[in-house]
Formats: sequence, C-alpha cells, structure tokens
Amino acid sequence: MRQTIRLKVNGVERQGEVEPRTLLVHFLRDGLNLTGTHVGCDTGQCGACTVLLNGDAVKSCMVLAVQADGAEVRTVEGLAVGDAYHPIQQAFWDLHGLQCGFCTPGMIMAAVGILKRNPNPSDEEIREQLEGNLCRCTGYQNIVAAVRKAASDMQGQPAAQPVGASAAGGASGE
Amino acid sequence: MAATSMIGAAVKRREDPRFITGHGQYTDDIKLPGMVHMAILRSPYAHARIKSIDTSKAKAMAGVRAVYTGKDLEGKVGNMPPVFIIPDANFKTPAYPVIAIDTVRYTGDQVAVVVADSPAIARDALDQIDVDYEPLPVVVNEEEAVKPGAPQLHSDVPDNVLFHWKIAGGDPDAAFQNAEVVIKERFIQQRLIPNAMEPRSAVARWDPGTGELTIWHTTQNPHITRFVFSLLNGIPENKIRVISRDVGGGFGSKIDTYPSDVVAIFATRDLGLPVKWVEDRRENFVGTIHGRAQTQEAELAATRDGKITGVRVKSYANMGAYTSTGPAAGVPTWLFGLVVPGAYTIPNAQIEVIGAMTNTTPTSAYRGAGRPEASYLIERMVDRLAGELGMDPVELRRKNLIPADAFPYTSATGLVYDSGNYQAALDKALAMVGYDSFRQEQRQQRQQGKYVGIGFSTYMECCGLAPSRLMDDIGFQAGQWEVGTVRLLATGKAIVLTGTSPHGQGEETTFAQIVSDKLGLPIEDIEVVHGDTGAISMGWGTYGSRGNAVGGSAVYLATEKVLEKSKKLAAHLLEAAPEDIVAENGKFFVAGSPGKSFSIQDIALQANLAWNLPDGMAPGLEENSFFDPLNFVFPFGTHICVAEVDAETGETKILRYIAVDDCGVVINPTIVDGQIHGGIAQGIGQALYEHAIYDENGNLITGSMMDYVVPNARQIPFMELDRTVTPAPQTPHGAKGIGEAGTIASTQAVVNAVVDALAPLGIKNLDMPLTPERVWHAIQQARGGSNGH
Ligand code: FES
Ligand code: FES
Repeated sequence: MRQTIRLKVNGVERQGEVEPRTLLVHFLRDGLNLTGTHVGCDTGQCGACTVLLNGDAVKSCMVLAVQADGAEVRTVEGLAVGDAYHPIQQAFWDLHGLQCGFCTPGMIMAAVGILKRNPNPSDEEIREQLEGNLCRCTGYQNIVAAVRKAASDMQGQPAAQPVGASAAGGASGE
Repeated sequence: MAATSMIGAAVKRREDPRFITGHGQYTDDIKLPGMVHMAILRSPYAHARIKSIDTSKAKAMAGVRAVYTGKDLEGKVGNMPPVFIIPDANFKTPAYPVIAIDTVRYTGDQVAVVVADSPAIARDALDQIDVDYEPLPVVVNEEEAVKPGAPQLHSDVPDNVLFHWKIAGGDPDAAFQNAEVVIKERFIQQRLIPNAMEPRSAVARWDPGTGELTIWHTTQNPHITRFVFSLLNGIPENKIRVISRDVGGGFGSKIDTYPSDVVAIFATRDLGLPVKWVEDRRENFVGTIHGRAQTQEAELAATRDGKITGVRVKSYANMGAYTSTGPAAGVPTWLFGLVVPGAYTIPNAQIEVIGAMTNTTPTSAYRGAGRPEASYLIERMVDRLAGELGMDPVELRRKNLIPADAFPYTSATGLVYDSGNYQAALDKALAMVGYDSFRQEQRQQRQQGKYVGIGFSTYMECCGLAPSRLMDDIGFQAGQWEVGTVRLLATGKAIVLTGTSPHGQGEETTFAQIVSDKLGLPIEDIEVVHGDTGAISMGWGTYGSRGNAVGGSAVYLATEKVLEKSKKLAAHLLEAAPEDIVAENGKFFVAGSPGKSFSIQDIALQANLAWNLPDGMAPGLEENSFFDPLNFVFPFGTHICVAEVDAETGETKILRYIAVDDCGVVINPTIVDGQIHGGIAQGIGQALYEHAIYDENGNLITGSMMDYVVPNARQIPFMELDRTVTPAPQTPHGAKGIGEAGTIASTQAVVNAVVDALAPLGIKNLDMPLTPERVWHAIQQARGGSNGH
C-alpha cells in the first residue's frame, strides 16, 4: 500500500513513505514536520495550505503526496534567505498584514505566486488573485497593501498610493 | 516616563516573525511520542432516538484503540454546564451530555468517538459504527419552537423556552400611548458561523506518574476551560495545565468548552496515551457554536418633530439544542437587551427576550455578541423613523444623540455610559464623506437612473467585560477581573504575564508597550507570556473586547508598582528620599542631578541580588496587580457606507466605507486599525454574504465554505479610517476596547445604505444577507411584481 516518494523541499532532497490517499499538506506537516503550512479546510476553499509546487502556488490539500513525487516544493519555512525575510514576509510584518497568523503562510505563498505572474499588480488584481485565500481577521486591507509594497520593493521602487485612499488618510490620521 | 512615549506608537508586532516564517505553534502543530488520534461520529439527524449503537466492527479494526459511546462515559464525566444562568428568567438547565446517550438533538451532535493510531484510521472506523436511529419531529426556527404543539427537545424545558427575560426602564407603555408617531419593524438576525480559520483542536496528555493533565487547546480562555475540565473530568484544578499559545482566531467560538475536549481528556486517561483531536472544516460548521439567530419585533415611539421617546423590543433568540458552555444565554439577554437604546437619549425602554431551544447547533458569542443585534435594530429603526418623518437621518440622529456634556450617562436600561462625544465622531465622518454635497449628487445620480445610497451608524457599544460584582447579578458564573504580573530579571529583561489570552489581537506587543513606556525598558527586552495556566496564576480570557481594557489595565498597574519599588531602591542607592527621585527614559536620578543615575537594568540587578536593599524591602523586582474595574467601557463612533445597487442584477457595490471610531486612548494605532478592518469585514459579511441555513429537517444546507460565504478579498472594500479620542475614565491608561466595534458598527451602515439607495422605489426594509437575488426580488416587487418571479 505505502509508496516511497522523493521530492526536493526547500532545496533539500527528502523522501518518505505515504499512502496513496495522503495529501501533500499532510505529508509536509506530518511526514516532514513542516507545520508552517496550515490546514483550514482540506477541501480547497481556504488557501491556508498554499505552497509552491515546481514554482507555482498551489493548494497542497488538493494535491496527493504521490503526485508530488519528483517535484520541487517550497513552503513558508523555506522562503527567507538566512536571516533576511523574503520581501513579501517583510511587507506583511511592516504593514500588519496578519493578526492570528493562521492564514498567513498560505497568503504569503499565494502572494509569491501572484508577483511571479504579475510583478506589478494593481490593488484590484491583487484582490482578484487572492480570492482563493481566506482571512477572517484582517479584512484584507493590510494584506493587499503588503503585497503591493512587496511588489514595489522587489522592483526597487516606492510603493504606489492605495487606491481609494481619502485625503483624511487610509491609515489613521491623528 | 520615556521621552518618546510608547503609548500611541505604531510598533511593529513582536509576534509576527514566528508567524511569517511558519514557526507559529498552533495546537495541531503539537506532536507527542506515542500520540493517538481521535475522531467523532456525529449525528446525521437533527432529532432522533438512538435505538442502538454497534461499535464491534470499529473496535475490531487494526489500529483502533478505543470506541466510546455516551453510555460508556455516563457517570464517568460530568454533563456540559451552562456558564450563564440568567436570574429572574425562569432559566432551565437541560442535561447536555458530552456524548449523546439516547437522543440526538441536532445534526452534528456527538454519537460516538474513536481513538486510533492515525487520523485516517480513526475516520475510517467511524464508518464501521452502526447506529440505529428513530427519527423524531424537528423544529429549527426560534418562533416556531415556542409555539404550542412544536416538537419538544428536552422534557424539562416546556415549550422549548430556555428562558424568558424582560427588563424595562422609564415608562415604556405610557411612551407608546402618548407617542405622536409609532413605527414597527421586524428584523431577522440571520444565523452566522464564526469560521475562525484555525479549526478547533486539542492535544491531551495524562501523566499517570504525577496525576497531571496537560492539554494544548484552541481556546480564548485557558483558565476557564481548566476550571470546566476539572469539574467534568474530576481532576483537581491544580493538576491541570492548559496551553494555548498560538490560536488561529476565535471571534467568540473558542470561548466555549466543548464536549470533544472533555472526551479527549477522558481518552488520554483511559488509554494512558497522548490524544490529539482536530476538527475538519465540515465538522466546524456543525460542531462549533453559531452566532446571532434572532427574530426581533421592534417598535419606536417618537414625536412628530423627531424626538425618540421610547423603544420596545420582543426578541426570539435561537439557542440551539443545548446551552453551550460559553456566554450563550448572556448574548441575547444582557449583551443585547441592555444596549438596545444605543447612542440616543431614549428615556423609556422595554426589552423582552425568549430563549428558544431548537434542533440546531448551539449558539453563543460571535464577535460583538448581542451588541451587533442591538445596534442593528436601533440604527435601522432610526433610519426607518427618519424615512417616516421625512427627515434627514443625520438631522434625526443629531436630535437624539446623547450630548457630550451628559456623560456619565445613565441609560433607560440602567447602564452608565462612561464617556463620549458622539457628535464629534459624526462630524468627522460626515466631513470625510463630504455629506454637504452628497444629497445633491445623489439626486443627480437618481435622475440618471442610478441607485446610490448612504447609510449611517452612529453606534455605541459596551465592552471590556467586567466588573466581577455585576456578573452575579446577570448570571455569569465567573469573575471578570484580570491579573497582570511584571517581573524584572537580574539581566534587566522583563517577563510580563497576562491571563487574557490573545489570538490575533497583538497583546504581546501592546502590553510590552505599556511596560516599556512606564519603565523605559527597550521593548525588545520585554516578553509577554499568555495562554499557559502553568505560568500564569489566573485570568478570564480574551473576549468582549476586554484584553486591553481589563488585562492591559492590570499590567499597567503592576508596572506602576514596579516603578514605585524601583524608585525606592534608587533612592536608597543614591542616598536620597524616594520623593526626590525622577524616573526618565529608564534612568533614575535625584531631581536636578541627572548626572548620577541608576538605570532600570541596574535597579533590576540590585533588586535581584538583594545585597544592598533598604530595610524592610523584600528582594526581587516582581509585582502583581489585580484589576477589577467598576464599570464596562463604552466605545463609539460613526460608520458611513456609500453603496450602489445595480437594479438589473440586484448586486450591491460598496463605493466608500468610512469609519471614525473612538476607543479611548490608543496604545498602538496600527493594531487598532487592524482590529477595525477585520471587524468591519465581518459586519459586511453579515450584511451582504453570510447566512447559515437549515432546511426543515434540520440539515445545515450551508455546511461548507462552498455554500457559506466567508468574504474574500474581492468582497471587502477599501476602508477609510479615522478616530477621535475620548479617554476612558475608569481604566488607568484611558483605553477602551476595539476588538468588536467594527462588527457592531458596520452591518447596519451597509443595510441603511442599500435601503437608502432603493428608497425611491418605496423599499423600507430588507432581510439580510442582501444577496443580489433577494435585492432583485425586492426591486421587482416594489416595481409592481409583474416582471419578476
Ligand atoms: S486547507 Fe487547503 S484550501 Fe483549505
Ligand atoms: S490573520 Fe487570522 S485568518 Fe488571517
């Protein structure tokens, strides 16, 4: 019944024994102890389990572990380079793009996917492409701002002004 | 004390590095050697007698360690206790066994539990349990449930009336008799499902050597759950340790103690193995509490020139099949009833609530809990009255808002509002939206056939749950004080302990700011510890926007004590009188001689070494402060929504969303704004998207994220925020609460905007959620019904 799979996770060759029905997310969490990838629904609706599979952001609860045999996977644990956070991680921290933190790894990995496809997305495009990642805490405003900031940081440009910000200030004027 | 104040500083959150790198430690991340896994068989029927259960096949499966039914646990664990027992309400306490014994009362009720070597085996084994059910008649609606002849849920709850509660202030009957205008409306507060992104979970470990239980647990209040576990599982309270460091959102749904947790504890003791239980999302939909679910009949009495003279409400609150072990009955009664008059000088009020038992998932506190239901009611009624009188809703509000010089203000229901300046918040929000020109623009847009409307919510709310002395009066079987501990170590680092249990609110940062501000310690040197009953003496948890108002206040007062002791020690070391010591930027010196000083780190070292203390001073630098405020806190503000309805599709688009909130003194503006954003998103969710629907057989037909809309990034608009600051008079730092205000304020702002948009069609009220289909039908009906349906 059990099958051996080999894959590269966060740059390291790993292998493990899985049942044919084991989901990639469970293999990452239970088999490889990479618990940064979360399970919010296990039916493909919340996006908490988003990882990069061969460079593309996918929901790892929608992929069987055996399908990832031979693939390259990156999880949130493998995003920072040494002590330096990925610009998206940094932007989430800088702009308060998280509260309870549960959706955050999936959001960050989804954002990696978004900026890979479109390095300079508008707010509207960010919102559209984050549709599959649910957050119950933040109301998305700071997540969108963080993705936008990361996009400009990655291009070495200052962040654009938020769409729809009033003169009174999108943050909080005192 | 510090030259640059930490109070009001937009400090980046200290908890974030672990979350953005995937190193948070949620309960499901805990793995223990030898750990086994639990799964729950839940009833497919909303109401049925269990004729028999055959677990033999499941028990025989390889890898299955145990199968438990209700009968197996009978007499070995206690029933789930109600936490709120409303006085003078003829309150019933029907039995709530942890696993159903002979009757299931809602879809999702626990029928049996399997413990196995892997989660997959445990779930597979559930399929091997044969249950013979005899279906019984079902009732799901709160009004239907209390009618004569309705199916009965519990033999000791006649007519399914769990409680019947009434309060009155002033002379409401006279107010209505003498009223020049009376308007009536019926509001349905649809049932909502909290959907914290982290499902509920527990890892329980029994240590047979010491007789100690450790449980990692997704809870908002580890000390309360410790108490309940002690009671139900028969383990002394001092032998239980509850750990809930990282919790992935709660919104009220993780206040309750749940039967699943009690069974996991039973299982770890029974088997001598660590037991993990993690619900999946489908289970969360039926097995974790729901919120709202009220049907309200509301009446407003007023003079023709727009002075509101009375409010009368009768509400049917759907409590579900059992009283959940959480705030349950407190939500529709005092959290709802007492705040019905809102921000207005309404001298006469009467609120009557009937708590109905139905064959549905138990309801309890969902963000705002009771206050959104009240705030929606009064804010919608004020708009209805404005429409009736042909007055501008802003003018009507101005006429009735409690004036700034009337605080402290005693409401008709007996609450004493602490402080406020409602007009200032309204003025600020009106300026932001440009109300002066709005109506004219709206007229033009209407001429172009556009349906654009504006909705106001000049809300107030009542939170910071405490004081303890009131809890007895309202029937909450708990205290509501907090204790804060501030401990300075010899190296000058600090540990702060709090019994509040944040799960996204950022108190690791804000509480450190409070301490840093007072002592001049670098914020990096302050560690805030929460969510561990092994480390923290006591606490009543995080809910009711009480984290900072109560817990933060306790930390504030403990820090003051540390400062006092530090000054005394500095005085001794500087050979001066304590009154002459100045503390500034973490330095202690004699007034006028800053050249010779001791740092707070020096003081911490000396206090811990205790080589040279003044006579009578105890060693160490650690202080506790217990805080029990004299009153609630009362945040307020104005939210304004501008929305456009597409009359062809019924779709609502929020064009602008403006929020001016006042939560008193702000510790961290970034975190406050984040709380408001998230709160508004949930309020908009109720207005436009979310609806838990049961069919007549008691099946939850919105039982997944496919059918129940948790709003996504496209469905939530950009929000424009600002604030006013009216300090709280009864908290030492002047802060109120902000965790729920956004939710309490926003729902009616959106609905008022949509109703205003459709006013030219004569539409006066709409039931939530305002789905395109519903709005489209309402438009068709208003236009004469010919081209609809
Ligand atoms: S856990 Fe994969 S989408 Fe929710
Ligand atoms: S931060 Fe809590 S769900 Fe997104």
